[in-house]
Amino acid sequence: MTLGHAERAAKFAADDARAHWHDQALWFVRAKRDRAASAVPDWERLRGLASAIKAHTQSRLADYLEEFERNAVAAGAQVHWARDADEHNAIVHRILEERGATRLVKSKSMLTEECHLNPYLEARGIEVVDTDLGERIVQLAKEPPSHIVLPAIHRKKEEIGELFHDKLGTAQGLSDPKVLTEAARVHLRERFMAAQAGLTGVNFAVAETGHVVVCTNEGNADMGTSLPPIHIACMGVEKVVPRLADLAVFLRLLARSATGQPTTTYTTHFLGPMRDGELHIVIVDNGRSRLLADEKFRRALHCIRCGACMNTCPVFRRSGGYSYAYTIPGPIGAVLAPGRDLRAHASLPFASSLCGSCDDVCPVRIPLHEQLLARRRDVARAGLLSPGKRLGMKLTALVLRSGFLYLLAARVGKLLARALPRGILYGRWNVWGRQRELPPTPRESFRDLYRQHRSERRG
Amino acid sequence: MKVALFIPCYVDQLYPHVGMATVRVLEKLGVEVVYPEEQTCCGQPMANAGFADDAAPLARKFLEVFGRFEYVVCPSGSCTSMVRNHYDPYLAGAPGFEALKRGTFELCEFITDVLEVGRLAGRYRHRVGLHQSCHGLRELRLGSASELLEARYNKVGSLLSSLEGIELVPLTRTDECCGFGGTFAVAEEAVSCMMGRDRIADHVKAGAEVVTGTDVSCLMHMDGLARRAGQRVQFRHVAEVLAEAMP
Amino acid sequence: MDSRTETLKRLRDAAPPAAPLPDPRGELLPYADPLAQLEIALQAVAAVPVRVADEAALAEAVRKLVAELGAERVASAVPAAGAGNVRPEELPDPHQLEGIDLAILPGAFGVAENGAIWVNAASFPHRGVFVVTQHLAIVLPAREVVTDMHTAYERVAALPRGYGLFIAGPSKTADIEQALVIGAHGARSCTVFLLG
Repeated sequence: MTLGHAERAAKFAADDARAHWHDQALWFVRAKRDRAASAVPDWERLRGLASAIKAHTQSRLADYLEEFERNAVAAGAQVHWARDADEHNAIVHRILEERGATRLVKSKSMLTEECHLNPYLEARGIEVVDTDLGERIVQLAKEPPSHIVLPAIHRKKEEIGELFHDKLGTAQGLSDPKVLTEAARVHLRERFMAAQAGLTGVNFAVAETGHVVVCTNEGNADMGTSLPPIHIACMGVEKVVPRLADLAVFLRLLARSATGQPTTTYTTHFLGPMRDGELHIVIVDNGRSRLLADEKFRRALHCIRCGACMNTCPVFRRSGGYSYAYTIPGPIGAVLAPGRDLRAHASLPFASSLCGSCDDVCPVRIPLHEQLLARRRDVARAGLLSPGKRLGMKLTALVLRSGFLYLLAARVGKLLARALPRGILYGRWNVWGRQRELPPTPRESFRDLYRQHRSERRG
Repeated sequence: MKVALFIPCYVDQLYPHVGMATVRVLEKLGVEVVYPEEQTCCGQPMANAGFADDAAPLARKFLEVFGRFEYVVCPSGSCTSMVRNHYDPYLAGAPGFEALKRGTFELCEFITDVLEVGRLAGRYRHRVGLHQSCHGLRELRLGSASELLEARYNKVGSLLSSLEGIELVPLTRTDECCGFGGTFAVAEEAVSCMMGRDRIADHVKAGAEVVTGTDVSCLMHMDGLARRAGQRVQFRHVAEVLAEAMP
Repeated sequence: MDSRTETLKRLRDAAPPAAPLPDPRGELLPYADPLAQLEIALQAVAAVPVRVADEAALAEAVRKLVAELGAERVASAVPAAGAGNVRPEELPDPHQLEGIDLAILPGAFGVAENGAIWVNAASFPHRGVFVVTQHLAIVLPAREVVTDMHTAYERVAALPRGYGLFIAGPSKTADIEQALVIGAHGARSCTVFLLG
């Protein structure tokens, strides 16, 4: 059996102080989200609206994409379509190659992470610089992001100081976030000035106008699309919304859910290229149409990538983003990943206590814990659970179905628990008992006590 | 009024006094209690592990045993939610199923919503931490979850706070999961135990002598951790607290 | 089949049953004094709101700001705020924006609920001046305040269709241990002059 989430999570949790530090940092974001959301009197109604707009859009996704394309092209954009990651990467590379561009600045795009665009371009001689501070940190550390909104949330400031000393030549021993951010600003401004093309993700694409909307706090998407003449915007098919007016709903929810801010600093509506420039929009399927076809999971396509389900998830906070071993971690990742490769990600739907906090925090009301449960059924049906677990469940079910076997098993179990020496009872086999005492094993069951109670009352 | 008691399998075998406390609370409130002995388990362990096929016969058996009662009351939010929210794939369309769903209640919500008793006469002189078990909170909506922006309410908390002398301690994280999660407790042992210890620490820091809640499963997990660590804080199911408090 | 045709076909084949498109308007926020609320919201996003009674007061306040910042290269797209000494329209290449200390831009309207100000950047000779500049000042007529984002998009929809953005305060990041740092890539400060 290959390593699953539980093993990777155990490794993360083994450093108790660090795991608690990670938990606190993300809980702090969740608390900020609560305060920001409480400033909106009709928050729950907005969540319902967002979900309904997404559901409607999904029912006519192809129509809206065509409308978006018409309007974007009329404004001077060039629209490209990609079936999958490979085609997406090839399109981006072709655009750069045909224009002789070898220096690309990128702002955050989970889609390009999903497609593994960076290594693809780097292998073809393109210098790719991630410009979101968190993304730049993990890029310099040669790591993937550990969180979709806070890519370097797993890194301590001292470690970032060390990394910057190593890679950017800053003084040794820096740990003040202000000083480190300033160093990154100077370093990245040089890259912005030198870049020949800028690539951004897309938060929303508006069908009725052809706008592409990108949200950042740092302004890196704006820098990357104002200096070099070529702007490449990469979007999944699910990013389109019908009307400008729909943006109000999503923007009111997005930043508040993501970081507890009332809005992001820059919410830029791109329409057509800059003066003497080019705007390329790459529309990518890469498995989304398959997800859309699946009634049980299509609502996962509502996701606006705010990361709130990660911040609220008690498991994510204590196991870290890397424990999911997938581009999108956390509850939404645990729903999406098995849709791509059930075998490789079979452990993810079980990386949840099914507490349901993610459902209630999700701004677009994805029923995440229901979907996790449905994924568990897929995993079991595909026979991907260990034979031991399968046999155990079959036996338990058989015992519980039969009143007689149930009583017999309970009696034998409790007898054993009382009779066995502690050394054996708490042996290696007993995973429950590694850190926990076993429950009590009273001689009488409830049904015994209840019979006595009945006869006393009658007597 | 007559109700059928649904006592989860692990309560029957490991925590019989919680079942008895449930009986006493209901009887003190003038309810006639019957306990159908054929019952075993609602099937949640199998369903949550992904074994739908193994949960199905248990769901059918549950309907067979409890379908003839107007009300079914259970001292567990999680098992109650299994019946109300997760039986559809197995029982949709079966005769009596809709009535069973409508008539199955967790103990506290049965008291507040069906008996319409908001305050209980009784005395409980302890500092108490309320652990809000997730399925009761977010699937049965026994209280307003901290994520939701809605008017605050808490069915279990309001019953408890009506007791004389009780002090409900304020927690830093009012409804974070304890990490039990059924098979999660074993499959993800490391994270599960860390979550449990964090919950206990929150209660202890707030000064709780007793931690109570609607689900023995969560309490069993935290109690196991606390006893291993030699902590003195006690874990009592809400039925035990109410039974002890009510004269 | 080309990728476009195939993708659209797959999405059509996968489409769930029709669902209605709801009216996206939320409940309107009942601010007694939207301008005062905008000031609060601006402070919350680390912008500095400054009320100026008239154009003379604006010019004076801008002079003060330029002095405070020690700004040597100033670009202004707001005539009443002064002409500045850099004229972006005379720069052939947007890279020459680098080195501007202060850019003064007109805001179209502000949003009381979140401190965002709509800027019609399509009319600028180089659209990125707001982000390349070291410091930013926005001049917003004090009567141009809408309560919330729903009303804001009604305003946007009524404008000529084009490039534009909401700006809410200075550039910022919290990517290092969640510590808020102002001045990530874009403007290090954002002063909003509320005129009239």
